[in-house]
Amino acid sequence: MPHTESAGMLLLTLLLPLFGFIAVLFIDKAQEKAIRFTTMMISLLTFGFSLPLWFSFNSSIDGFQFYTNIPWISSTDSGFRIGIDGMSLLLVLLTTFIMPIALLSSFEPIKKRVKEYYAMMLLLELGMLGVFISLDTMVFYVFWELILIPMYFLIGIWGGKDRIYAAVKFFLYTLVGSLLMLLAIVWLGLYAKGLPGGHFTTDFLVLREIAPSIPMDIQIWLFLAFALSFCIKVPLMPFHTWLPDAHVQAPTAGSVILAGVLLKMGTYGLIRFNVELFPMAMHQFAVPIAWLSVAGIIYGALVAMVQTDIKKLVAYSSVSHLGFVVLGIASMTPEGLQGAIIQMVNHGLSTGMLFLCVGALYERRHTREISEFGGITKVMPKFAVFFVIAILASVGLPGLNGFIGEFLTLFGAFQSPFLNNPWFSILSSTGVIFSAVYLLWMFQRVMFGTNDNPSNHSLKDLHRSEYWQLVPMVIFIVWIGIYPSTFMSKSELYVQTLIGKVEKKIFGTTKYPLIKAATSVEPGTSNEVHGGH
Amino acid sequence: MVELIYLVPLLPLIGFLIIGFFGKKLNNEKLVGAIASIAVGGAFLVALGAFLQLTGESSEARTEHIVRLFTWIQAGSFHIDIAYQVDQLSILYTLIITGIGTLIHIYSIGYMHGDKSFPRFFAYLNLFVFMMLNLVLANNFVLTFLGWEGVGLCSYLLIGFWYDRKFEGSHIVWTGDAAKKAFIVNRIGDFGVLIAMCLIYMRFGSLEYTTVNMAAASGGIDAGLITAITLLLFLGCTGKSAQIPLGIWLPDAMAGPTPVSALIHAATMVTAGIFLIARNSTLFALSDTTMAIITGVGITTALIAATIGIVQNDIKKVLAYSTVSQLGFMFMALGVGAYTAAVFHVMTHAFFKALLFLGSGSVIHGMHEEQDIQKMGGLKKYMPQTYITFLLGTIAISGIFPFSGFFSKDEILWNAYANGSPILWGAGVLAAFCTAFYMFRLLYLTFYGEERFDHHHVHPHESPVTMTLPLWILAILSVFGGLLGIPKALSGGADINILEHWLEPIFANANSILASHHTNAHHHSLALEWGLMAASLAIAIIGILYAASLYKKSSSKPAEMAAKNKGLYNILWNKYFVDEIYHNVFVAPMYKISLDFLWKIVDVQIIDGIVNGSARAIAVSAENLRKIQSGIAQNYALMMLFGIVAIIAWMVFA
Repeated sequence: MPHTESAGMLLLTLLLPLFGFIAVLFIDKAQEKAIRFTTMMISLLTFGFSLPLWFSFNSSIDGFQFYTNIPWISSTDSGFRIGIDGMSLLLVLLTTFIMPIALLSSFEPIKKRVKEYYAMMLLLELGMLGVFISLDTMVFYVFWELILIPMYFLIGIWGGKDRIYAAVKFFLYTLVGSLLMLLAIVWLGLYAKGLPGGHFTTDFLVLREIAPSIPMDIQIWLFLAFALSFCIKVPLMPFHTWLPDAHVQAPTAGSVILAGVLLKMGTYGLIRFNVELFPMAMHQFAVPIAWLSVAGIIYGALVAMVQTDIKKLVAYSSVSHLGFVVLGIASMTPEGLQGAIIQMVNHGLSTGMLFLCVGALYERRHTREISEFGGITKVMPKFAVFFVIAILASVGLPGLNGFIGEFLTLFGAFQSPFLNNPWFSILSSTGVIFSAVYLLWMFQRVMFGTNDNPSNHSLKDLHRSEYWQLVPMVIFIVWIGIYPSTFMSKSELYVQTLIGKVEKKIFGTTKYPLIKAATSVEPGTSNEVHGGH
Repeated sequence: MVELIYLVPLLPLIGFLIIGFFGKKLNNEKLVGAIASIAVGGAFLVALGAFLQLTGESSEARTEHIVRLFTWIQAGSFHIDIAYQVDQLSILYTLIITGIGTLIHIYSIGYMHGDKSFPRFFAYLNLFVFMMLNLVLANNFVLTFLGWEGVGLCSYLLIGFWYDRKFEGSHIVWTGDAAKKAFIVNRIGDFGVLIAMCLIYMRFGSLEYTTVNMAAASGGIDAGLITAITLLLFLGCTGKSAQIPLGIWLPDAMAGPTPVSALIHAATMVTAGIFLIARNSTLFALSDTTMAIITGVGITTALIAATIGIVQNDIKKVLAYSTVSQLGFMFMALGVGAYTAAVFHVMTHAFFKALLFLGSGSVIHGMHEEQDIQKMGGLKKYMPQTYITFLLGTIAISGIFPFSGFFSKDEILWNAYANGSPILWGAGVLAAFCTAFYMFRLLYLTFYGEERFDHHHVHPHESPVTMTLPLWILAILSVFGGLLGIPKALSGGADINILEHWLEPIFANANSILASHHTNAHHHSLALEWGLMAASLAIAIIGILYAASLYKKSSSKPAEMAAKNKGLYNILWNKYFVDEIYHNVFVAPMYKISLDFLWKIVDVQIIDGIVNGSARAIAVSAENLRKIQSGIAQNYALMMLFGIVAIIAWMVFA
C-alpha cells in the first residue's frame, strides 16, 4: 500500500503525546502549574490534530487511509506501519476527545508526584493511539504492552487503599494474555517465512492475505491466543475480576480512561485480528463467545446490583455493557458489527461520564459507599441533571447514544446466520431490564430522599471545571442518540466489506458489496503489491 | 398543514429546551407556565389544522400521509427514519394529547404555584408531551419505541418529582422508590417490544407500520410467529397500560403531583398500549390466541382493580385503580375485535378521568395536601365548582345515559356479548357495577356527610380560575363527548356514528380478517341490544343507590361490613398481595442469589481464588526454587550427580 498523501497528519497525532511526554520530563517538578498546562495543551493539540483526520477521511474508500511505513527492524520486516479505517478513526477520535477531559478531572485530586502523573497520562495516550493505528503486529504488540506501564503506575501510585493489589492483578492478568499473543505473532511471521519465496514479516496487511491459507487446526490455536488476550482486556466473563479492583482503586481519570478507551482495545483487537485474520475460526467460535457475552451481560448486571460501592457498581456495569459489544462482534452481521463499533464509542462516553460523576461525589465526600449518601439532589441539583443523563445513556434510553448500539447488537445477534439462535438476543435483552434496576436504584439511594447525613449538608454543586468535563460528553451522547449517521457512516463501508468477505468465504455468496475479493496472495509478491514503502 | 406535522412534537420540545435551560433564570412562574402552555397549545392548533385538512380528503387519501424528516439509524440492510404518519388514528390521539395536555398545563400553573421547582415541573411536562407525540405519530416501531420509553422516563421523573417526600406502599418508602418501580416494571414490558421488533424485522424486512400491516394482511404468515410477535408486543402493553401481570406500578405512581396523574397516568400515557394494538390491528387480528389472551387479561384486570378500588381510602388511589380497571375494559374491547369501541373509550375516559383527577387535585389543594377521604366530608359547600364538575365526571364514568361514558362503555359491553360471550358481558357488567359503586362512594365520602377534618388546621377553599376553568371544559367534554359514537340502536338505524366512520379505514383489514375467522357470527336482534343496554344501565344505577345508602350520610355500616368480612376485606385492602408475592418470589431471591452466590462465591472465591491461587503458587514455587540457589558448591555438585545418574538411567532403561 503506498503512502497516502496526508499520512503526516496521522503520524503527528500519534507523536504529539510522545513529544509532550518528553517535554514534561524536562520541566522542573516544582512547576506543577506548568506541567499541568503543558500536558493539557498537548492533549488539546492532539485532539486538534486528530480533527483533520476526521474531516479528510473518505468514507467511500475501502482500506486504510493516511497510511505510512517507517521501517524499524529489518530482520523481522517490522515497521511503523500506521493507517486508519472507519473503525480506528472513531476510536482515535474517542481517545483524543476523552484525554483532555480526563486530564481536567485530575487537576483537583492529584496532589502528589504531579510531574510523574502527567507524564504517565501522556504515555498512556501514546500507547492507546498506537494500538488503534498500528498495522504491524510487532508495533501493535509494543504499544499494547506499553500501556501496562503507565496504567500500572497510575493505579499503583495514585490509587486508593488496596492499590498495589489491584495494580499487580491488572498487570498479571493482562500480561498472561499478551504473552500468548506474542507467540502467535511470532508464529505468523514464521509462517510467512515458510511460504515459497516468503520472509519473516509482521506486516498486518500481508498477514491478513496469507492467514486463510494456514491449516485450520493451527488457525484455531492462533485465534485462541489472540482471543484470550483481547477477552481479558474487554473483559469478557470469566476474565473480568481484575476490572472492579482496578476501577475502584484507580484515580477518577484512570477509571475514565480505563472504561472510556482501554477496554475498547480488547474489542478492537477482536475485530481487527480475530475476525479479519481468522474469519473461519471466528465462525467456529462465534457461538461460545456469544454465550460468554450473554453470561457477562446478565452476570455483570446481577453482581452490579448488589454492590454497595458506587464505583464498583459502575465497574460491574462495564462487564455487562461490554458483553453487548462482544455479542455484536460474534454475530458477524453488518448490523451487529456496526452496533458493536458505535457501542464502543457509546460506552466510552456514558461510562466515562458515570465515572466522572462518581469522581465528583468522591472529591466532595471521600467515600463511595451508597449508604453514605441520600437526598444529594437537594444540595447538588445541577450535578443531578448530569448524573441522570449519564445513567439514562447507560441504560440505553432511546434518543441517547446507548440505545443505538445496544439495539443494533441485539438486532444483529438475532438475525445472525452464524449464531442462528434468537436466544442470545432474548437473554441479553434482560440486561436492558437489569441495567435499569441497578443504576436507577443506585441513583435513587444516592440522589433522592432527604439529605439526612450531616456530612452532606453543605456539598457544593458543580464547579466550572466539572462543567467543562461533563458538557462535551452530553453533547455527543445526545448527538449519537439522535443522529448517529455522522459517526456510523464512517465505519459503514469497512463493516460491509469485512462481513462481505467473511460471508463469501463461509457461504460462498454475500449480499454486501465486495470492493476487492480476498484471495490468498504469496507474501513475496503481495509485499510488492502493497509496496511503495 | 399535514406537511407541518413535525411542528406538533417540535413545539413542546422547544418549550422543554427553553424552560430546561432558562426556566430558573426567568424566575417567573407566569412566564414559564405560559411558555409551556403555549408550546402545547400551539401543537394542538397545528394538529387541528392537519385534522381539518384530513376531513376534506377522501378516506383513502387520509391514510397516506407520511412525513419523512431524516434517517435515524442505518446499518447494513437495516434502515429507520424519523418519520411521522398522519392518519385518522394518529391525529385523533394527537388531538387528545395536545388538547387535554393544554388544559392540564393551564391547570398546573395554579396547582404548582409556589413550588420551588416550578420550572422543572413544566420542563418535564413539555418533554412528556413531546415523547407522547412521537409515540403516536411515528411511522415505525422504533420511533414509537423512542416515545414509549421516553414517556416512561418522564413518568419516572414526574413520579419522583418531590424526591424528598415519603410515600407509603409495599416496599416503598420514598416517592423515588415508586418512580423506580414504575420505570423498571415498564422496562420488563419494553423487553417484550424489543424482541418483537427483532422478530418483525426478521419476517417482514421492515419496521414501518404500513409495510408490516400490509404484508400481514396479504396472509401466508406462520401462525406461531404471529402469536409470538403479538404476545410480545402485548407484554409491552401490559407494562405501559398497567395490566396483569405488570399493573402493579400505577397505584404507586400516584406519588407524583396530581396534574401528572391526570395527564400521564390517566388520559394519555397509559393508553399507549391500546394505541400500539390499534396501530397494528391487522397483526393482532391474525392471532386468535393473542386476542383471547388480551380479552382474558383485560376483563380480569378490570374486575380485580375494580374490587380493590372499593376499599381504598386515598382519593388518588381510588382513581388509580379505577384507571387500571377502565384500561382493562379497553383491552377487553380490543380482544373481541371492537377496535373502534376501545379507541372510543380511550377518548371518553381521557375526558372524564382527567376531569376526576384534576378535581381530586383541586380537593387536595383546597385541603392542604390531605388525600385521605376518611378525613374529608361535606366539602360540597366549600368548593362548589369542584363538586359539580366532579359529580359530572362521576356520572360519566359510571356510564349513565346520556353522558359520554355510557356510549363507550355500552359499545364495549355490547361487543363483549356479540363477539364474545354472555359470560364476558356479565363480568363486564359486574366491573361496571363496582365502578359506579366505588366512584359514588368516593364522591359521597368527599363531598357529603359530616366534616371529618380538623377545622383548626384545615380551611377548605375553592381553587383559582386557572384550575376551575379546565375542570369546566373537561366536564363539558365528559358530558357530551359520547355523541361522537352514537350506536345505530339508539339513532333509530340512522348512520350517525361519526367515530366509527372516521376510524373505519384504519381497521378495515383487521375487521375483514376477523370476519373471516368468525363465519358463524349470528345476528342479534335490536330488542336484545336494547335489553342489554337497559340491564347494564339499571345495574350501574343500583351500584349508585347502594353507595348512596352506605355513604351519603355518615354511618357505621361500612365499618361493620368490613369487620364481618374480615378475610375478604384484607385481601382487597392488600391488593391481593401481588406486590408481596412478586417481592418474595422474584425480587428477594434474585438479590440473594446475586449477592451470596454470584458475587461472594463465583467472583470472589472461585475466579479470584484461581487467579490469586495461581499467583500464590508461582510465588511459593519461586520461593522454594530460590532455596536451591544456595551458593554452596557441594550442593551443586550433589545435584549434578543426581542429574547424571538420572540421565544414565534414562539412556539405559528407555
